Amino acid sequence: MISVQNVHKSFGDLEVLKGVSLDVEKGEVVSVIGGSGSGKSTLLYCINAIETINSGKILVDGVDVHAKETNKDKLRQKLGMVFQQWNSFPHMTVLENAALAPRIVKKMSRDEAMEIAKKELEHVGLGDKLDVYPTKMSGGQQQRLAIARALAMKPDYMLLDEVTSALDPELVGEVLDTLRLLAEEGMTMICVTHEMGFARDVSDRVAYFHQGVIAEIGEARQVITDPQNPLTQKFLSKVR
Amino acid sequence: MNSLFTPLSWSDSGLILTGIWNTIIISVVAIVVGTVLGLIVGFLRAESNKAVNVLFGSVLDVLRSVPLIIQLILFSTFVGAMGNPLAPFVAGSIVLSLYTMAFMSEVFRSGFESVSPSMQIAARSLGMTKWQTIYHIRLPIGLRAVFPSWLGVSLSVIKDSALVSVIGYMELLRTSEQLISRTQQPLEILIGVGIFYFIISYPLSHYGRYVERKMAI
Repeated sequence: MISVQNVHKSFGDLEVLKGVSLDVEKGEVVSVIGGSGSGKSTLLYCINAIETINSGKILVDGVDVHAKETNKDKLRQKLGMVFQQWNSFPHMTVLENAALAPRIVKKMSRDEAMEIAKKELEHVGLGDKLDVYPTKMSGGQQQRLAIARALAMKPDYMLLDEVTSALDPELVGEVLDTLRLLAEEGMTMICVTHEMGFARDVSDRVAYFHQGVIAEIGEARQVITDPQNPLTQKFLSKVR
Repeated sequence: MNSLFTPLSWSDSGLILTGIWNTIIISVVAIVVGTVLGLIVGFLRAESNKAVNVLFGSVLDVLRSVPLIIQLILFSTFVGAMGNPLAPFVAGSIVLSLYTMAFMSEVFRSGFESVSPSMQIAARSLGMTKWQTIYHIRLPIGLRAVFPSWLGVSLSVIKDSALVSVIGYMELLRTSEQLISRTQQPLEILIGVGIFYFIISYPLSHYGRYVERKMAI
């Protein structure tokens, strides 16, 4: 379980998270929506200890993410993360991209790592691209590679930061389909997204971020189709 | 009556080969040492804060801005005046290596900086440590990006090594000068020397373009 407890986070004078609390159970899919600058991506960065927090607490399976004694590299193995920019490693083939972390972080043998990487690449539909260099692929394919690369570490959770925002519109579908597949398989996910249809159909709950706080959170269909908070209503009427 | 000057003959080839060999040796030393030091300094500069960078930067600026020939003469005169003169090869290697390092460090710094922070965050998010990220991501991507510049610096070092002749190192130019003063055939000899530098540099730069295409990412 990921438990975010009253987290505050500032960049200089700018407070981007103003007391955020959120519990995500194993197997749950939570989508986070909201305007740009509302702090939703920062929340993911804080969960993954890429960013520090100013106060509050984040627990992942009971481990305090930001405690001094926590081994953050170890912790990140549990938390797969995919970003808006796919960040494929350009000097490696698709297969090597996905096998690198299992090999060097989990110290698997080369064959073992390749085996797992291959399985995850087939999983996201890139089974025929193993020996291709990622720069030769479309953004959608590279983003699916990023997902497979994260999955090859066998994470317990996936944090997805606007993974379709930088894609050409015609490539969004294939990436969303991949995420839908993961959700059906029971992967625990927190998705920061602008895809309202995806949030409504795939997630269990939706949280609406507004100026650093969760203004509304509830069952996915209800928040998207029948929001209670006037701020959520206003936001949704603008993005539709 | 014997002439004061004797024409170029096959018996001079030993001297010429010594010159060629010495040119190659000092170039290789300078490129290897300069590359290793340049990698370290370039990495430190890419990683460091402003204060460290200003300090490093000003030393490197001096090395880059003062003509090599002046650095060679100053250095060898200075250590000579201190009472323990160095062999021309040693003095030349030190100066040429540091001079190479100054250029290489900028090459590698830009290489390290060409790897975006978000690429590094992505690597860290997979559980890689800072050093794993440097070794597996930053280094290989950065080096590929700057390979053409690295080759360019290396080629100019081979040519700049001719300047080490001013402190008495018997590299190709110096041996040729000796032959010229004996034979009075400057045209033939200098053309020969020019051709030598060309046949070293041209295939290397050609090979470099080939490697560059192969590594293109």
